[in-house]
Amino acid sequence: MRSDKKFQIFSHAVLILFSLLALLPMILMFTSSLTDNNELIATGYTYFPKKWSLYAYEYIFSTGNSVVHAYGISVLLTFAGTALALTITTLLAYAISKKDMPGRKVITFLIVFSMLFNGGLVPTYIIYTNLLGIKNSFWALLIPGLLMNGFNVMLMKSYFVSSIPEEILDAAYIDGASETRTFLSVVIPLSKPILATIALFAGIAYWNDWMNGYIYLTKRTDLYSVQNLLNRMMQNIQFLSQSSSNVQNANVGLSAIPMASVRMAMAVVGILPIIIIYPFVQKYFVKGITLGGVKG
Amino acid sequence: MKNDTKVAGKKTLKKRLRRFLPMYIMALPGLIYLFINNYMPLPGLVLAFKKFNAKKGIFGSDFIGLKNFEPLFKTKDAFVITRNTILYNLAFIVINTILAVFVAIMLAEMTSKLKKTYQCLILLPFMISMVIVSYLVFGFFSNDNGFVNNTILKWLGKDPVQWYMEKKYWPYIIVFVNAWKVTGYNCIIYLSAILGIDRGIYESAAIDGCSKWRQITKITIPLLKPTIIMMTLLAIGRIFYSDFGLFYQVPMNQGALFKVTNTIDTYVYRGLVQDGNYGISSAAGLYQSLVGFILILAANLSVKKIEPESALF
Repeated sequence: MRSDKKFQIFSHAVLILFSLLALLPMILMFTSSLTDNNELIATGYTYFPKKWSLYAYEYIFSTGNSVVHAYGISVLLTFAGTALALTITTLLAYAISKKDMPGRKVITFLIVFSMLFNGGLVPTYIIYTNLLGIKNSFWALLIPGLLMNGFNVMLMKSYFVSSIPEEILDAAYIDGASETRTFLSVVIPLSKPILATIALFAGIAYWNDWMNGYIYLTKRTDLYSVQNLLNRMMQNIQFLSQSSSNVQNANVGLSAIPMASVRMAMAVVGILPIIIIYPFVQKYFVKGITLGGVKG
Repeated sequence: MKNDTKVAGKKTLKKRLRRFLPMYIMALPGLIYLFINNYMPLPGLVLAFKKFNAKKGIFGSDFIGLKNFEPLFKTKDAFVITRNTILYNLAFIVINTILAVFVAIMLAEMTSKLKKTYQCLILLPFMISMVIVSYLVFGFFSNDNGFVNNTILKWLGKDPVQWYMEKKYWPYIIVFVNAWKVTGYNCIIYLSAILGIDRGIYESAAIDGCSKWRQITKITIPLLKPTIIMMTLLAIGRIFYSDFGLFYQVPMNQGALFKVTNTIDTYVYRGLVQDGNYGISSAAGLYQSLVGFILILAANLSVKKIEPESALF
């Protein structure tokens, strides 16, 4: 028993260390965003600022129409994307969970193969740009790559197969319920956990995606999501003032921009929604990873 | 007789098709997307053998044989990007597995309620976009304002380092950032495998006077072996692919660091977007797709031999 207690203390120590490692970079970002800009220039990003300041946030929200705008794009994209992704994935996964359906094997093969082999960036880019012409449109953020992926479909299919008792489906069929009816009033209510998990996977993928905007939005910077704006800002702090349509601040020179703290404040703003919803949804996320198991 | 069963078979197939008609309609949006996103680009792979001309399109462009592969394989490019991709992945496999198994064991043995909190915190980095991660890394390694130059190195009485110019540090930074990001995710998989172990084994071991440490080395780790092998094989199957964000955003696309940060994915991207060189880019892309595919098939075959249930297909 004694060694047991020692072991508990040891594992607490280890886990506290890992938790701190996970958190510390984010805490640095947070404290830095609240540090007075002159202090930042003198002593760098710090965990214990001597002089606190909200100026970076004031700056972002007063000059940064672009920030609020990008936030709007990100929110719209995340909601639209999640709803669409969830619908498409659920429908396809349910179809291939039907053992007797003719053609099920072919469809399943097409899904699995898409996870193993792909055309890669260049052909995909050409299809979306030259053939479908979605470059520089909102569709470019929504469609390429993110709308559905084989992993989520297979994850959901295995949930349908393993967690929805066949007897219930058979009973519904014998009672004369159509497949559609069974799906809507029997399967969906029984599948809430997996629906939550897939919605979460999709939602996080959309909120965090920067690649689509980076590749396809070459001219329409007004369609930038928060991630794209952050990305662009890292490359060029000027962008924030240039893209701001707030003319009042047009005379504010580059030197007046509190660069060091604004950078970090922007990142805090970008991370905030994730931090806020995370404690509530973490449970579903863990469940999804466990279900996917080694296949993840 | 034969004819009869054939007719009956046709009838039932027709019946089944009618019964499942709603299923086909349900599958349609997903299949259309799959077709557009995953299958329509496939013929574009021939671009690796063509001189792309936007006006002529993929198929109208002139065929130039293996010319696109020449700059890749005649220079050191292919060697460097392949070496980087594979070496980083090998480092990730070893380090991430050790960390994830270690944390999972600690979590599994934890009796306190804090267990959930720890797990939650360690998983958090996984939820953050690579763009934000690049900001976090910048917070530490920025030349002017970074925490490392301004605080840590000052304490140690050392001169500041131009981190984004010195390539020798980046392999370590990248491996660390990757471990930081994915340990929480991987440890959940190992944790669920540990929780699947029969508790009775531990109880009888404890009655026999077996210490916690011995229980871990003699029971938990041996029983985790299949999961570790599966995870490793699947990671080996993906060894030709890299996380584009990790290698592009985190080192901020700094030219001085390319030698140690250029992977196949960043090479393809830079070829396409920065140089507009469709030919070399698609040649490198085809190389990745093909070798990657063979590796995944091989990995899956080995998984199937060891534990058929864990196989992808």
